[in-house]
Amino acid sequence: MMFYLIRRILWLIPTLLAMALVTFLVMHATPGSPLEPEGGNNPLSPAEQNNLAAKYGLDRPLWAQFGVFLVNAMQGDFGHSYVYKTRTVAEILGDAFPVSLRLGAMALVIATCLGVGLGVLAAVHQNSFWDYLSVTTAMVAVSIPNFVMAVFLILLFSFLIPVLPTGGWGGPRDWVLPTVTLALAPMAIIARYTRASMLEVIHADYIRTARAKGLTDTAVISKHVLKNAFIPVLTLLGPLFAAVGTGSFFVESIFRVPGMGRFFVISMTGRDYPMIMAVVLCYGVFLAVMNLLVDLLYGVLDPRIRVGAKG
Amino acid sequence: MALMLRRGKKPSPEVSLWQDAWRRLRRNRLAVLGGLVIIALGLAAAFADAIAPYHYTKANFLHAYEFPNRDFPLGTDPLGRDMLSRLIYGARVSMLVGFVAQLMVVSIGVPIGALAGYYGGTVDLLIMRGVDVMYAFPRLLFVILIMAMLGAGLLNIFIAIGLTGWVNIARLTRAQILALKAQEFSEGARAVGASGPRVLCRHLLPNALSPIIVAVTFGIPEAIFTEAALSFIGVGINPPTASWGQMVGEYQQYILSYWYLCVFPSAAIAVTMLSFTFVGDGVRDALDPKLRD
Repeated sequence: MMFYLIRRILWLIPTLLAMALVTFLVMHATPGSPLEPEGGNNPLSPAEQNNLAAKYGLDRPLWAQFGVFLVNAMQGDFGHSYVYKTRTVAEILGDAFPVSLRLGAMALVIATCLGVGLGVLAAVHQNSFWDYLSVTTAMVAVSIPNFVMAVFLILLFSFLIPVLPTGGWGGPRDWVLPTVTLALAPMAIIARYTRASMLEVIHADYIRTARAKGLTDTAVISKHVLKNAFIPVLTLLGPLFAAVGTGSFFVESIFRVPGMGRFFVISMTGRDYPMIMAVVLCYGVFLAVMNLLVDLLYGVLDPRIRVGAKG
Repeated sequence: MALMLRRGKKPSPEVSLWQDAWRRLRRNRLAVLGGLVIIALGLAAAFADAIAPYHYTKANFLHAYEFPNRDFPLGTDPLGRDMLSRLIYGARVSMLVGFVAQLMVVSIGVPIGALAGYYGGTVDLLIMRGVDVMYAFPRLLFVILIMAMLGAGLLNIFIAIGLTGWVNIARLTRAQILALKAQEFSEGARAVGASGPRVLCRHLLPNALSPIIVAVTFGIPEAIFTEAALSFIGVGINPPTASWGQMVGEYQQYILSYWYLCVFPSAAIAVTMLSFTFVGDGVRDALDPKLRD
């Protein structure tokens, strides 16, 4: 167990290094430089541009720039943003990351509750009206992109029935629409998996035994079926974090939420090298850690699975 | 003659896997509905020049911001361009991206996965390490990075989706080939002297086809979504080319005043994605040997 954990964490290092290198190369291969993001309309003279390049270390060879970045990044220093010149990248991320995290966490909690609910409802009443309703809901929710869903939700709840604001991030009323928009797709995925995995468990021998010894339906479902059916659903949480993470790009930009997604898009167009590197690595580390946690949790919940065992 | 008499009735026709799958697909009502919608969209995309009432770039400043009316069934945009025409031309981008990008994904992913699975060893190890790194990247983030490097444009969207999307197919193909390689028919083929490439192409790949087909059917709406998402944030299609995602992104600011600008392209994306999901589900069920009758 301990060995497995250490090996997984050690594997993170080359993976993150490779990610950083790929991002770095792609970023520098992108036409345009942070000194002249708008191409020809640069008001700075060549001498001034050279000074700026020297200040940011952009005049050094690429491998040296990458080395400097790595050394600084390991100390938590991602440098100054080129776009927001007075702020460091760490400060900006310190403001933006908690916002995205809160939005994502709220969305995932709602998605899990509703998704498991819908899945259980469908599985318990297989082939009934409830089953078809929840399967159809899941299908619609999973196939419609969240920025399209956002349009419909805004129209419905801000235009036709004006009860919720169209955007902003001031108070709980502002949180409702972005959270719901972001939660729909994961909810649908969870509902599908819960249904499939419940149906499998319901037909297992130990469930028949539980029924045979006279337990009520509710007891069988809540004590025996749900517990076992939820384990495969748990593996989904890893990919779902990724879905929620990148999904929040669009949700954040439509609902004007001051999170990471907005900064990534702004930093891309501004060739804000330090920001781009930091955001990509931030997502990478976050995803890797979440995947690791899910794997470990998997082993804790299901004693039949030995984490780290061969095969 | 005696044989005929003994059987008494006509022998039941032999049904191949594909015939059976096709028959089951046709029985799936949602899949048929989705398929019809996709065919209609494909026709609209192909014959956009003939169907669209106006050209997609034709601006008419006397008719800007018009609500749907008889001349402009779905209204006009801020430049006075006909929304219906732009939607029809937008189908072109979505359909092209869906099919061409998926073609690229397959032509990169299948050979890589097949080679890794069949030859194993160092080749396999290197490829799979690369795949692991690609998996660590949030997919959309990587696509956006590549699009920023290449610049906006339809061809670049194909390339960006191809470069990032092959990973899934490669993994799937590798797993299939690994499993099939150990089976007797492949050993048999090698025993009678078939060369490595011949075993791979004639014996293993055809048997690995159905999961690949399922992955591709689900990959098409994903590619369409990716294009829409890229155009939505402004790194996808170059204006004035009409793209649904770009329209949603551009017009969502007018949502409370000119709602129709944003709603029609949104609906187009939603309907297309749903149709492909229906077909995808249908294809998956039809090719599932456990559900075979």
